[in-house]
Amino acid sequence: MKPILTIDNLRAGIEGREILKGISLTVNAGEVHAIMGPNGSGKSTLASVLAGREDYAVIDGSVRFAEADLLEMSPEDRSREGLFLAFQYPVEIPGVSTANFLKTAVSEHRKHRGLPPLDPGSFLKLMREKMALVEMDPSFLQRSLNEGFSGGEKKRNEVFQMAMLEPKLAVLDETDSGLDIDALRIVADGVNALRSSENAFLVITHYQRLLNYIVPDVVHVLVDGRIVKSGGKELALELEERGYDWIRNESSVGA
Amino acid sequence: MATETTVLDDVVGSDYKWGFTTDVEQETLPKGLDENVVRFISAKKEEPEWMLEWRLKAFRRWQAMKEPTWANVVYPKIDFQDIIYWAAPKPKKELSSLDEVDPELLATFEKLGIPLNEQKVLAGVAVDAVFDSVSVKTTFQKALADKGVIFCPISEAIRTHPELVQKYIGSVVPPTDNYYAALNSAVFSDGSFVYIPKGVRCPMELSTYFRINARNTGQFERTLIIAEEGSYVSYLEGCTAPQRDEHQLHAAVVELVAMADAEIKYSTVQNWYPGDKDGKGGIYNFVTKRGLCEGARSKISWTQVETGSAITWKYPSVILKGESSVGEFYSVAVTNNHQQADTGTKMYHLGRNTRSRIVSKGISAGMSQNSYRGLVNVGRNAVNARNFSQCDSLLIGDTCGAHTFPYLEVSHPSATVEHEATTSKIGEDILFYCNQRGIGTEEAVALIVNGYVRDVINQLPMEFAVEAQKLLAISLEGSVG
Repeated sequence: MKPILTIDNLRAGIEGREILKGISLTVNAGEVHAIMGPNGSGKSTLASVLAGREDYAVIDGSVRFAEADLLEMSPEDRSREGLFLAFQYPVEIPGVSTANFLKTAVSEHRKHRGLPPLDPGSFLKLMREKMALVEMDPSFLQRSLNEGFSGGEKKRNEVFQMAMLEPKLAVLDETDSGLDIDALRIVADGVNALRSSENAFLVITHYQRLLNYIVPDVVHVLVDGRIVKSGGKELALELEERGYDWIRNESSVGA
Repeated sequence: MATETTVLDDVVGSDYKWGFTTDVEQETLPKGLDENVVRFISAKKEEPEWMLEWRLKAFRRWQAMKEPTWANVVYPKIDFQDIIYWAAPKPKKELSSLDEVDPELLATFEKLGIPLNEQKVLAGVAVDAVFDSVSVKTTFQKALADKGVIFCPISEAIRTHPELVQKYIGSVVPPTDNYYAALNSAVFSDGSFVYIPKGVRCPMELSTYFRINARNTGQFERTLIIAEEGSYVSYLEGCTAPQRDEHQLHAAVVELVAMADAEIKYSTVQNWYPGDKDGKGGIYNFVTKRGLCEGARSKISWTQVETGSAITWKYPSVILKGESSVGEFYSVAVTNNHQQADTGTKMYHLGRNTRSRIVSKGISAGMSQNSYRGLVNVGRNAVNARNFSQCDSLLIGDTCGAHTFPYLEVSHPSATVEHEATTSKIGEDILFYCNQRGIGTEEAVALIVNGYVRDVINQLPMEFAVEAQKLLAISLEGSVG
């Protein structure tokens, strides 16, 4: 088992308020971990801290990623080292086409590995190939990034970008929110196609629904900034059935 | 919020790279303006009597005029008696060839990237270099003369082609047009004169480079371009000034006249010293630029990339008199730190089937204010006039402002007028998204800005498009983190 991500006693917050109150977890190559939890439990904070959003301050703990200290790296270096965040709310960038945006991103990743930019022909071919994974129309390439895209199109675009950048670890932050069942299936199929023994996924979600399509190896339940329970995929089903309250009660009894 | 501001500050705060001064012996007038100053300038230029009279008339009108206050800019009142109206590098002796231009001046322009040695200049670009109140050197004059093209300092044209100058000067921008135009008419010192004869396609790009050097000195350039029937010319102006703590005034007048089937393409890359990060110093750029599409099917196209000046007040306009004539205005205006820009265009549709197109891209960063002000006027006889305007604003950070003031005056029912406007912001969210994809913040800003200004930059002559792009990058360097 090769660990890709090791979080040890991570405490972090925003504007002086502690949100993550000591999280520890290890994600190995080839694994899919799901993080579930009620609203306000710190799921998205965890995603933001891992990606290096500046508004969040780390109070304590450590995060090892691909044998390096993740918390020491700039957000762009985390990306170049293979950490990808699929955003819950992808931004629109007017005037920058999806193709041009990705060309810049891929070139920066290649430069980081000491490689020259791809020639335009190979790059186009690569984009076509990866777009097919999420059934995205090639006309999207020339449109400004996410501008005027529907919610589903934006999420598909996230998975398309993930496919282009081939990360070691992909963090999916509530990728299922706002998706209808068809879009959900397309997004999940895209993710499943990218799964390999070399990479890993951290799937953050409120609902169990997505996990019918992206089947996790481990499910963690996050409540009030702590992982209060971990288990197999059946834990997700139990949560779906019983809600979060029983776990909350159970954990407060334990504490 | 605090984080955003810090992050943005780092990218916006860059240094002005053209802020050096040249140490040359100067001949300057004392500060102040009266009739004697006007007479002195005219005498210095060895002007004919009619020119002096024209200046004096303008001066008297100016004295009775009031400074305009309608622009969306704020600055302390200018004391027009506290400005020097004439400064010229002292000639060592009468100069007849380039070798005899003061080496200090040649070095200055060389340092600005404007080599005046014909062997070294950009292929296909003729340059007129203006230093404070005088033209230092005009290249390729002879090669152009072979085609019948006149390209020389306007002070020289007044002596050598008085009939042309007298006919056209003030014909598009009358001396009484506005406060600064009147002032310019009274005290203008130098600038370029271009005449393209009938049917001639000017064989090279013409360009003028304006440099303010002397302290406390105003620069009042005057440019006049005449394109006869069926001719074509592409003209570019560039400008820089030293970094100084006091404000300096630049009040230019540019007049263009296009006869039937003629086309004038006028491009500006304006990079006057913008002042420091706290808004100290910088050029006040109060400019009147106007073109007249006199003949049928004539075309005048303004392209401007405005990155400098503490204050820019400028509305390059086109009077579409000739039937089926075309006016265009493409603008990128960047303001950073404490800069203020109030810029746009005016399109006057007088003739039938006249068309105009306005593409304005404002970029504001730092504490700056950026306003687009534009007028589309369709006259009573302008049957089937068409206008399309697009005014976009891009905000970098949340301490700057963007404003749009479009005015429409339509007096003919057949007119088609379209106006589109957008406002977008490069905020922390967009930058973080780019970072998360492996794109550093500087690259992200460049990527977004380049995409945003593409439509305008594409209008510039190729040689200058790359320069303009670099300039934009430098102007916004440090605007995000």
